[in-house]
Amino acid sequence: MLTSLLDPLPLAAASSELLPAREQMALTLGFHIIFASLGIAFPAYMLIANYRGLRRNDPDALELARRWSKVAAVTFAVGAVTGTVISFEFGLLWPEFTARFGDVFGVAFAIEGIFFFLEAIFIGIYLFGWKRLSPWAHFWSGVPIVICGVGGALSVLAVNSWMNQPQGFTLSRGLLRGAEVTSVDPLKVIFNPALAYEAPHMILAGYMLTGFLIASVYAVGMLRGRRDRRHRLGLLIPLTVALVATPVQFLVGDTAARSVAADQPVKFAAMECVQETHTHVTEYLGGRCTEEGVKGGIGIPNLDSWLVGFSADTEVVGLDSVPPEDRPPANTLLHLAFDAMVGICCALLALGAWFAFVWWRRRDIPRTKWFLRAVAISGVAVGVAIECGWIVTEVGRQPWIVYEVMRTEEAVTGASGIWFTLAGVVVLYAGLGTATVLVLRSMARRWREAGDAAEESGGPYEPPAPVATGGER
Amino acid sequence: MSTADAVAAVLWLGVTFYAVFAGADFGAGFWDLASGGGERGARVRAAVAHSIGPVWEANHVWLIFVLVVLWTAFSAAFGAIMSTLFVPLSLVALGIVLRGAGFAFKGTAARGRNRHLADRLFAFASLLTPFFMGTVIGAVASGRVPPGNAEGDPLTSWLNPVSLVTGALFLATGAYLAAVFLAHDARRSAPELVGYFRARALVAGAASGAVAVVAMFLYRDDAPYVYEGLTGDALPLVIASLLCGIAALALLWRGARGARVPAVGAVVTMVWAWGVAQHPYLLPQTLTIEEAAAVSTTLTWVLVVFAVAVVLVLPSLFLLFTLAQRDLVEERPEALLPEGGGGGPRRVGG
Repeated sequence: MLTSLLDPLPLAAASSELLPAREQMALTLGFHIIFASLGIAFPAYMLIANYRGLRRNDPDALELARRWSKVAAVTFAVGAVTGTVISFEFGLLWPEFTARFGDVFGVAFAIEGIFFFLEAIFIGIYLFGWKRLSPWAHFWSGVPIVICGVGGALSVLAVNSWMNQPQGFTLSRGLLRGAEVTSVDPLKVIFNPALAYEAPHMILAGYMLTGFLIASVYAVGMLRGRRDRRHRLGLLIPLTVALVATPVQFLVGDTAARSVAADQPVKFAAMECVQETHTHVTEYLGGRCTEEGVKGGIGIPNLDSWLVGFSADTEVVGLDSVPPEDRPPANTLLHLAFDAMVGICCALLALGAWFAFVWWRRRDIPRTKWFLRAVAISGVAVGVAIECGWIVTEVGRQPWIVYEVMRTEEAVTGASGIWFTLAGVVVLYAGLGTATVLVLRSMARRWREAGDAAEESGGPYEPPAPVATGGER
Repeated sequence: MSTADAVAAVLWLGVTFYAVFAGADFGAGFWDLASGGGERGARVRAAVAHSIGPVWEANHVWLIFVLVVLWTAFSAAFGAIMSTLFVPLSLVALGIVLRGAGFAFKGTAARGRNRHLADRLFAFASLLTPFFMGTVIGAVASGRVPPGNAEGDPLTSWLNPVSLVTGALFLATGAYLAAVFLAHDARRSAPELVGYFRARALVAGAASGAVAVVAMFLYRDDAPYVYEGLTGDALPLVIASLLCGIAALALLWRGARGARVPAVGAVVTMVWAWGVAQHPYLLPQTLTIEEAAAVSTTLTWVLVVFAVAVVLVLPSLFLLFTLAQRDLVEERPEALLPEGGGGGPRRVGG
């Protein structure tokens, strides 16, 4: 029975695996992107606290750095595992994509491999170093982690931006297997035009997510009455960095949107639900995207044209510029995801302005509980914004896996049974996500209960705890 | 030697490192699983955790290395393998996720019971991944993976005697390597376990040899190309592997030091024997290294990136291993003993 279940389907039906394959990729990447973001930025926050602790002889800051390094190790391990799954999926789900273009984008991943390897090694060294290196040598052993985090992100984003703006290769049209790559210029592949805005956008997003997420944990603690100095510091360090990153992100995002309008006009049309190419285009906030345009949103006349070209006379390319089969699916989803991302960024800008004003007047965080409540939800809000941005980039690129070069349906595996692996992945990742959250919460609880006496090891990359099993009453 | 051959050699180097380090790592998980209950079981698991802890991730990055080199330099082979062998490779990935999760949580979970569960998960996944990885290698070696998108049989390509025996060989070799390493590490951290691991190394070593003999018979009938290679061009390497294996067993038997070198040697020579036996094919008799090779610019870049990696990664790795080893030296042996009576597993198998 199993055999008949797994038999290769006839060619015509082969694309029935396209939907589950896309869902599985979406799920695993959507999960990984959160941990990848933490992997990019967490070490930086940890080192900022470490630096402050050493410079100002501040034991609270050092304790924060020590705890954050343990949290970073857990999230890094989860990120490493889910990243490995992605590299399997390049072949398991999209073998035609990798078979045809692996030699084009592969070099970027090879470079990423170096960064990843070094990152893993230096996380191990840093965690070891708490007890075994001199304080400043230990601090410096953490610096490569930060550099490798950014370098690794750049390499992965080089591949993603290349999929959006493919260049640096030539294809010969063969008869049998479609096409074959005949030459590659890896530098042009890596430094494609979309990298210039995708990379800063994503790296800033990583710093924002991590900063707001750490701050939100301490905000919750303060709301529950734990208003000691360590909580204040744990809130202030990440919040300040993240709030500085927010306006920069706003500008980068704005540039990115304008570049998408120029480079991938159909993606932009889907984001804004522009059906026909015209000038004086209305910008809609929210609403449903239909063939007659946006229904139920708030329209601001001419604004879309203004945003694209700083003039109401700017022509915005519509979805009608390409045949229906070349348009992205799920336009309402794209439109709402884009609006949600921009909306969250605006709300965080306001939060930053509030904080900056009060700090300027009183050198203190706003006293009202509403500020802490806002910070408490900011971390999750950035997570939502990252997912939205990623939906815009990836779903907006459809039906292409390599923009205007290869369709996603051409890339999908001929294997069958993806619905089963998708179901497995749903269960597995639900468990993994739940376990991660529970473990991080229990670590926080144990630190709280143990106070300054908290001395434990046994986390990932660390020398193991003296007792490997059981033990707790 | 062509550029493609050079990159293939780099690929095989990655496979070698993965086979040795991850193999031993998986094997350590096997001994964790087989540790049994009671105080001794807990002590064995502590010794295993102590040996793996800091180097776990580094050991597994080699797999990423192999995957990336394969899809960058030999993308056609990558697509063919990943699509035809969708089922076993999905199970390999499952094992990697479970192992990673177990690794991340077994020292951090709140309650002892959950730590124990994470530990069991880690150990169970240590069997899953190498076994199915072995079936994949068996499928490739026996020529059951044709080029193209899922052109081979989704089930019989890896559900066949050659694949299964290769999976068993991977398990046995990993367990053998791990026991040799653990016996070595135990000299300093848990001397009372030296004999325990030495006995297991002997059994696993003998089992690996026996499985290898069975495998040779099966390969003769079902994977003739590789078999001819193993008994032809690669014969010196096969003999070297055999001698290394015997030497390691003899050293273990006599309780002498230095069994690690020949034990690793036996695995390394076997990996290269397989490579030489397959040469010039990546997928025996359907896809050669030259046919699968990427354009020359990419191949050159892969070699350059590899050289940079060697320059940057090796010293860092050395630093990490040094720190890890220094810890072994400094820590007092009794630190490894479970405190009180709470160390024993409450339920085996979670």
